[in-house]
Formats: sequence, structure tokens, C-alpha cells
Amino acid sequence: MKTDDFIAMLANEVPPVDRRAPGRRFALALLLGFASATLLMAAGLGVRPDLAEAIHLPMFWARLAFAAGIGGAALWLTLRLSRPGVRIGARWAGLAAPVAIAWTGMAIVLAQAPAGARVALLLGHTWHVCAILIALLSTPTFAAMLWAVRGMAPVRPRVTGAAVGLLAGATATMAYCLHCPEMSPAFWSTWYLLGMAIPAAVGALIGPRALRW
Amino acid sequence: MDRATEGLSAPEFHLRDCFIRGLAGDAVQYRRFLDGLGSHLRAYLRRRLPRAQADVEDILQETLLAVHNARHTYRDDQPLTAWVHAIARYKLMDFFRAHARRESLHEPFEDDGSLFVQSDVEPADARRDVGRLLEALPDRHRLPIVFVKLQGLSVAEAAQRCGISESAVKVGVHRGLKALAARIRGSA
Repeated sequence: MKTDDFIAMLANEVPPVDRRAPGRRFALALLLGFASATLLMAAGLGVRPDLAEAIHLPMFWARLAFAAGIGGAALWLTLRLSRPGVRIGARWAGLAAPVAIAWTGMAIVLAQAPAGARVALLLGHTWHVCAILIALLSTPTFAAMLWAVRGMAPVRPRVTGAAVGLLAGATATMAYCLHCPEMSPAFWSTWYLLGMAIPAAVGALIGPRALRW
Repeated sequence: MDRATEGLSAPEFHLRDCFIRGLAGDAVQYRRFLDGLGSHLRAYLRRRLPRAQADVEDILQETLLAVHNARHTYRDDQPLTAWVHAIARYKLMDFFRAHARRESLHEPFEDDGSLFVQSDVEPADARRDVGRLLEALPDRHRLPIVFVKLQGLSVAEAAQRCGISESAVKVGVHRGLKALAARIRGSA
């Protein structure tokens, strides 16, 4: 087929493009993913029994804000990476801010603790399951967001895959916060981050294949 | 003047205008956009592929299809050059990967904004026949494209001929063109 005929074919009968469709698709994917993660957490792990008291602790909200901050940055990156030619540049730093704040908190807590108690603060009681559970809870958002991004045109599939994975991990972490009994920043700024890093790494691995177009 | 139109060259300004109208459903303006873009892309690809001139028309068609399939991802506040350039570059990288012409990558690949500087309206022959790839698509994709996009029937007429709903015809065209892009990728 000659290029002229090909162009004529493409231009023939073009319906108006719904400019809001991508936004709706992303919102749906995120909502479905978060709802599924929360249901999975409630059904499989159970909401922590003292949740009603825990919500009065500032640390409960700091922990949630940590996950939400990373999730917000990852969502912003995912949205931008889904469109060709949108720059990110120095705004990658948005991702580092919540981590830097949490690690500062960890450093303060560990510095104030007696030397013998530091390892206990870092490991808590659930370090051996925390990251794995977060990674498992991230699967619904991961799948839903991959579907949403596949409807777009990411030109950097590996980085985009990682951003999708990180977003899925952060969404899972927010749901997991309602279950997890650990309140020390030393614990959660380590193990939550590791839990989010697992789906991010998976995303970077499968991105080039899963997001090809 | 907003960020997307500030300091634009005349051809880009014109193309962007046609494109935006095309997005709103104006087929004549959209055709004008694709024609103009095609000439610029041809010149761009011929510069980028000095040793693979025979492939230029193929990559051009593939890139135009990619632009068409991704047209909903353009943001109004974004320079058209940046958007088109990112897509063209993505498709070109795909081509390089498929052909492992590593030496071609030595040329730096920056967004130099030169996409709309030159234009080349003389087409060469495409090596790959997109028409044949189209014929090989399954009926649910092929028929809507043949009726609506090639024969120029209205969506309603095509729906009647295929015995499916109008929205199914629209979805068929949309998915069919995506499937065509996948076939083109597979044939590289």
C-alpha cells in the first residue's frame, strides 16, 4: 500500500477523540486495585484489632503518609511516562522526598534508642513477612495499572513498568497499614520500602515486554 | 499563546492546528495533518537512515500508524514536536533493535527540534505491503476497517453489513488498527 493511500485510510471516518478517557481509565484501575488490595488484606490478614485506638497515634498517620507520598509520586510519574515526549527531569526528586523524611525519622529513633534495642526496633515482630505480604497485595493494582498504561503510549517501557510497580506497591502498603501492628519508623521505612521495591523491580523486568506497542 | 504554541515555527503551528481539529473529529483537517506530518517524517527518517533508504517508507507508515493509534495521548499543553518526536524515535529504536544496526546508534539522538525543518513529499515504494497484513487480520478487525476506513462507508452502514452494532464497528476499527500495528511489528 502506498503511503498516500495509507494516510487516506487512517484519516477516513475519524471519530472525535474523548480526551477524558485516559483519566477515567487510570482512575478506574487505581480504584479497583486499591479496593481489591484492601479486601484481600481484610479477608486474608485481618484489620488490626486495635485500629480504633491506633488512629489516634500520629505515627499511624505518618506511616500512612509515607506510603501515600510514594504512591502519589509514583502515580504522577506513571501518568507522565504514559504519554510520549512529556519531560520529567528534576522532578524525579519528588520520589526521594518521602523516603528522605522517613529515613530521617528512622535515624532519630535509632539514635535515641539504647544500643541494645536498635535491632529490635528495626526488625519488629513481623520483618520476615512484611515485604512479601505487601508484594502480594500489590498484584491487583499492578495488573489493573498495566492494563491502563497499555492503553497509552509509553516510550520508556522499563522505567514506566517500574513506576507502575512502585505505585502498585504503595497502594498495597496503604492497605497493609490497616493490618500491620508495627509503629516504629525504623521498621516501616525499611520493610515497607522493600515491599514496594519488589513490584517495582518486577515492573522494570517485564515493562519492555508488557508495555510494548 | 500558551506554552504549547509559544515560539513555534509556522509549519508546526499549522500542523498542530490541523491535529487539534482532527482530534475533535474533523477528517479533512486530520488528513491535512497526516499529509504534512508524513512529509516531515520522511525527510527526518531519510536523514536518520542514510544506509537504509529502502526502509524509510516502511518505518514512515509504521510511525504514522503509531501516531494515529496514540493520538489520544497528546496533551494540549505540550509541544507537538516533542510528542511526535518521542513516537518517531521509539519506532526508530524498534527498527534498530530488530535489525541490530548498532552503528546507526552512534549518531546522537537528541530532541533537536529539527523535525519540522525539512519536508520531503517524494515517496519511495514501501517494501512491506500493509494491505496484505490487513487482509490477514481476523474478520472482526478486518471487516470494520475495510468497510469504514477503506470503502468509506458510514459506521451505521458498516454495522448493517457486518450484522453487528455500531459501537462494535467502532471498537473493531480501533482494535483492528492496534492489531495491524502489532502485525507490522511482528513482520519486521
